[in-house]
Amino acid sequence: MSFSVRKDARGVVVIGVDGQLIVGNRHELKQKVMDAVEAGERKVLIDFTETGYIDSSGLGALVSLSKKLRDTGGELRLAGLNEDLRTLFELTKLDSLFTVADTTEQALAGF
Amino acid sequence: MPTQLSRPSPASDAGLAPLRLCLRRDARPETRAIEISLRVPTDLEVVEEAVDLIARHCLASGLPARTARFNLRVALAEALANAIIYGNRLDPQKFVDVRVAITPSGFTLHVCDQGDGFDPDRVPDPTRPERLEQPDGRGLFLIRKLVDEVRFNERGNTICMVLRRA
Repeated sequence: MSFSVRKDARGVVVIGVDGQLIVGNRHELKQKVMDAVEAGERKVLIDFTETGYIDSSGLGALVSLSKKLRDTGGELRLAGLNEDLRTLFELTKLDSLFTVADTTEQALAGF
Repeated sequence: MPTQLSRPSPASDAGLAPLRLCLRRDARPETRAIEISLRVPTDLEVVEEAVDLIARHCLASGLPARTARFNLRVALAEALANAIIYGNRLDPQKFVDVRVAITPSGFTLHVCDQGDGFDPDRVPDPTRPERLEQPDGRGLFLIRKLVDEVRFNERGNTICMVLRRA
């Protein structure tokens, strides 16, 4: 499990989640996003293309990060959710809280 | 007489207690019942391995692939995390016991911690508008959505989750 961080040419910080976003690594993701916010970044995209599973703690971490970014005038968006992950967002109604794109390219184009 | 078969779990990462899964197969062919038991240490790092072990046995016993990969995995992982964090309060001296009964009618999973228990009826619905931005409280909700039946013992330290065969 690991996270990759890159900055897109359009100024969006893209964080890839490789493997899982769960109770054991959610703080690492939170730290990476908060580091970007403290460095002045306001647009963050989490890329779940390589993610197999998000647990309820991971969902909670995304909710917290989204709120923090909104509080600083920014936005957190999500992309690349597989069918199972989309189902989790739908069941918990978190799909109404986030802008979710099918691919990172679609997300970046509209950011 | 039931036959008993114990097999060691796959090698764990250094520092993690190995998981020992015990499998009892009812010798009577008419029942085709299997009972799996697994003692899980109070360590969030082993949740994935424990879930994987159970899911593989359920898959081999006829649980449909998506149900094993998604419904069972999510429900069992959430139940184990709740047992470790809220039940055992991360006390490494305590364990979580998982018992799975596989019968022709379905899969019944018990997850029992050594905590004081809780009242599941007092857990609020996390999808209510005023709760939607709360960072926690979605585990039990997801379990209820993903299995066919959820029960608790009176003390509230054992959750029973049922996945029925189609």
